[in-house]
Amino acid sequence: MLSYIAKRLAMAIPTLLIVITASFFLMRVAPGGPFDGERQLPPEIEANLMAAYHLDEPLPMQYLRYMGNLVQGDFGPSFKYKDFSVTDLIAQGFPVSLELGGLAIVLALLLGIPMGVMAALRRNSTVDYLLMGTALGGIAVPNFVIAPLMALFFGVILGWLPVGGWNGGALPNLVLPVVALAIQQIAYIARMMRASMIEVLGSHFIRTARAKGLNERQVIWRHALRPAMLPVLSYLGPAIAGIITGSVVIEQIFGLPGIGRYFVQGALNRDYTLVMGTVVFYGILIVLMNLIVDLLYSLFDPQIRYDD
Amino acid sequence: MTRCLSKSLGAALLLACPLLATPLSAQAATLDIGIYGEPASLDAARVTGAVYDNDVLGDLFEGLVTLAPDGDYQPGVAKSWSVSDDGLTWTFTLRDDARWSDGESVTAEDFVLAFQRALDPAIASVYANLLYPIKNASAINRGDAEVASLGARAVNDHQLEVSLDQPTAYLPTLMAHIIAAPVPAHLVRQYGNDWTQLSHIATNGAFMPSRWVSHDHIEAVKNPQFHDAASVTLDGVNYYLVEDLNTGLSRFRSGDLDVMRDFDASRYQWLKENLSSSVHLHNQLSTYYYALNNRDGHPTSDVRVREALNLALRRDIITQKVLQGAANPTSSLVPAGTAHYDVQTMPGMEAPIDARLKKAKTLLKDAGYGPDHPLHLRLRFNSRDDHRRIAVAAAAMWKPLGIDIEMVNAEANVHYAEIARGDFDIARASWVADFDDASNFLGILASGNVKNYGGYHSTEFDHLLTQASAQPDQNKRQQLLEQAEHHALGDYAMAPIYADAARNLVNPDMTGWEDNAINRHLSRWISLDQ
Repeated sequence: MLSYIAKRLAMAIPTLLIVITASFFLMRVAPGGPFDGERQLPPEIEANLMAAYHLDEPLPMQYLRYMGNLVQGDFGPSFKYKDFSVTDLIAQGFPVSLELGGLAIVLALLLGIPMGVMAALRRNSTVDYLLMGTALGGIAVPNFVIAPLMALFFGVILGWLPVGGWNGGALPNLVLPVVALAIQQIAYIARMMRASMIEVLGSHFIRTARAKGLNERQVIWRHALRPAMLPVLSYLGPAIAGIITGSVVIEQIFGLPGIGRYFVQGALNRDYTLVMGTVVFYGILIVLMNLIVDLLYSLFDPQIRYDD
Repeated sequence: MTRCLSKSLGAALLLACPLLATPLSAQAATLDIGIYGEPASLDAARVTGAVYDNDVLGDLFEGLVTLAPDGDYQPGVAKSWSVSDDGLTWTFTLRDDARWSDGESVTAEDFVLAFQRALDPAIASVYANLLYPIKNASAINRGDAEVASLGARAVNDHQLEVSLDQPTAYLPTLMAHIIAAPVPAHLVRQYGNDWTQLSHIATNGAFMPSRWVSHDHIEAVKNPQFHDAASVTLDGVNYYLVEDLNTGLSRFRSGDLDVMRDFDASRYQWLKENLSSSVHLHNQLSTYYYALNNRDGHPTSDVRVREALNLALRRDIITQKVLQGAANPTSSLVPAGTAHYDVQTMPGMEAPIDARLKKAKTLLKDAGYGPDHPLHLRLRFNSRDDHRRIAVAAAAMWKPLGIDIEMVNAEANVHYAEIARGDFDIARASWVADFDDASNFLGILASGNVKNYGGYHSTEFDHLLTQASAQPDQNKRQQLLEQAEHHALGDYAMAPIYADAARNLVNPDMTGWEDNAINRHLSRWISLDQ
C-alpha cells in the first residue's frame, strides 16, 4: 500500500510539472497584459511595473525564477492585490471554500444517495419518476439561476436568511450558498446511485444472497450498497477537488471570500502569479483526491487490493 | 432505508430552518458600504484610484486638502496655503492638531516622503503621473533623477513647500487625491513597504482599519486621534466587496448594506418606482465616448467621415432607450459641472436629426463612399452587456448612411491592449476625472498621450493646452482650455456619447450624504439615525 502511494505521488511530479509549464507559457501568450486597462499607463510607469515584477526579463528567465521560488513554496506576489502574497490569498480563501464545499458535498451525499437508492428500489414507480424528475431539474437549472432566486425568496422577500456575505462562516450565512452549491451534486449523485444500484441488484451475488434467505434490508445494506457506491466514489474524487476549490458563480453571487473567484479574476486581470498559484494548488488537490479515491476503492470493493 | 431518508431530509430541513436566521441589523452606528472592487493595498502609492480605492483610503487618510460632503475642496491637514506670484512655489501650513492614529504628529516630512515614494520607480505607482507638476517628478519616475531632488521640502514640521515645473492652478485639487495622502514616516522607516500591515499601520483620517478579510470585507473603526473626531458620529465603517450588482441590490434591499456604490443602469426605472427614496443618480465627471481612429489608412482619418458618424449618432435615443435614462447625452468631452469651465458642444449637433442625416450622407458621398463603395468600419468594445447594446444601437443608426459595422468585442485587458495599438476604426472608451479640472479630460487628446487611442494630432490643440498649462491666471487658462476643446470638437476628433452618472443606493435614514460630481463621499460626514 505504502509503495503504491509513493509510486503514485512520484508519478504526480511530472504531471504537475507539465501543468505548471503549460499554464505559465499559455498565460504569457494570451493577448493583453496585466497592466492593460481602461487607464493606459504612461510608458515610464509601465516600465517601472514591468521591472518591479521582473516581467522585463526574457521569458525563460522568468520561468526559471518562478520555478525556483515555487520549489521553496513561494507563489510570489499578486499583481492585483498588492498587500497580499498569492500564498496569503490561498491561505485565506481556501478554508472558506473548503467549509462551503465540504458541507455541500456532505449534504449532496446525505440526500443524493438515499434518493438514488429509493428510486432504484421503486423503479418505474411514481416515487422513482418524482425523484428522478427532481434530479433532472437540479441538473438542468444552472446555479446562477437558482442562487439569485433563493437569495431573493429567502433573503429579501421572507427575510429569513442573509442574502450574502461570509460573516466569519456563521451558519445562517452558509445555508443558501451550501444548498445552491449542493443542488447539482445531489442530482448527479442521485442519478448515478440509481443506475448503479439497479445494476448491482440484478447481479448474481445479490441473487445468491436472496436465495440464502437474507431479508431485503440485509441484502441492500450489507451486500448491494457498497458495490453500488463505486461509480459515485469515482465521481467524488474530482468533484470534491472541484467543489472545495470554490465555485466562482456561488462565491460571486453570495459575495463569499473563497478562492473560486481567483481562477476567473486572476485570468481576467492577467494576474500571472495568482493564476499560477491557483493552478498549482488545484493540480495538487486533484492528484491527492484521485489518490484517496483509488485507495478508498479497496474498502468498497474486496476485489481491489494495493498489496506490496 | 425510510428512516435513513427521513434523517437526511431532516438534516437538510434543519439546515434551511428559518429559526436559524439572526437579525441582520448592523452594529450601532456602523456604516455598511457595498463596494464593487477591493483596493489593491492600503498604501495610497500602490492603488489604482478607482471609486472603491477612494472610498476606503479616503476614509483612512486625509491629505493636505479634503472634500466636503458636496464634493467641494476644503482644507484638510493643511489649514491654509499660499502661492508665489510666479505660481511656481506653494507653501502649505499644516494644522497643529493633526495626528496619526498612534498619537504621533502628522508633519510636513510625512508628505515629502509620501510624494517621494509615489514617484520612486521601485514602488511603481500607477498614479505617479498625477504628481508630475511637482519639480523633477517626471524625471524621478523615469529613473533619471534622484528621489531626493523632488520639489517638495519640509520647511519645518508644519510647513511644506512644493516647487513646480510650471504653474498649476489646480494643485489644491490634486492634493485632495489619495495619491497625495501622507504616509507615517516613522512607520515607513521602521517597516518599509510592510507599514500597511494591520499590526503596524497608523492612519490620519477619521477611521483606522481593524480587519481585512480579502474578498470579503474591510473593517475600520473611528480614529480617536483624528482632529475632528468630535464631530464624527459613526463608530466604524465596514466595506463589503460586492462584485455582482444584483447581489448588491438584494443585500441593500434586505438591509444588509446602508450604501451600495453602484447599480445596474438597466434597472433604473424599476428602482425609481420601487426604491425611490434610496436611488441616487447624479451627474459625475465622466464621459463615455467612441474613439475614432485618426491615423492614416483608416477611413476615419477623413474628417468628413468622422463628422458624418457624429451627426448620425442619436445620443438621446441611446441614453433614454438603451440606458433607461440613467445618463445624459453629450457631444462634448469635458462634462458639465467641471470647475472653472463652460461646456463646449460639437458643431452641427443642434440641428434636427433629418437635417443631420442629410448632411452626413452628403459628407460620406464627398468622401467617396456610396452604394458602389460602401464604408466598412470595425467597432471594438469590451465585453459587457451595456457596451454591446450601445454598439448595436450605434451600428443601427449608421446603417442608413450605408455604413457596414463589424463589431469586435473582447475582455477589457485585450480590448485596451488592442486599441492602444490602434487596431480599430471605432473603439469604446470612457474617462472618469481623477480631479476636478478640464485639463484632466483634454489631456487624453494630446499628441503622444497613451490614452489618445484615436491618435488625434493637432498642433493648434497641443499649443493651446501647453499655453493653458503655463497660464497662472484662472480665467485666461479657462479660455485657453475651452478654445482647445472647441478646436478638437470642430475636428470631430472623437464621438462623445454620454456623460455618465454616479449611481448609488443610499439608506434614506442616513444623513450627511450629498450627491456630488466626483462621486466621492467621506464617511466622516455621515450619520445613521438610530
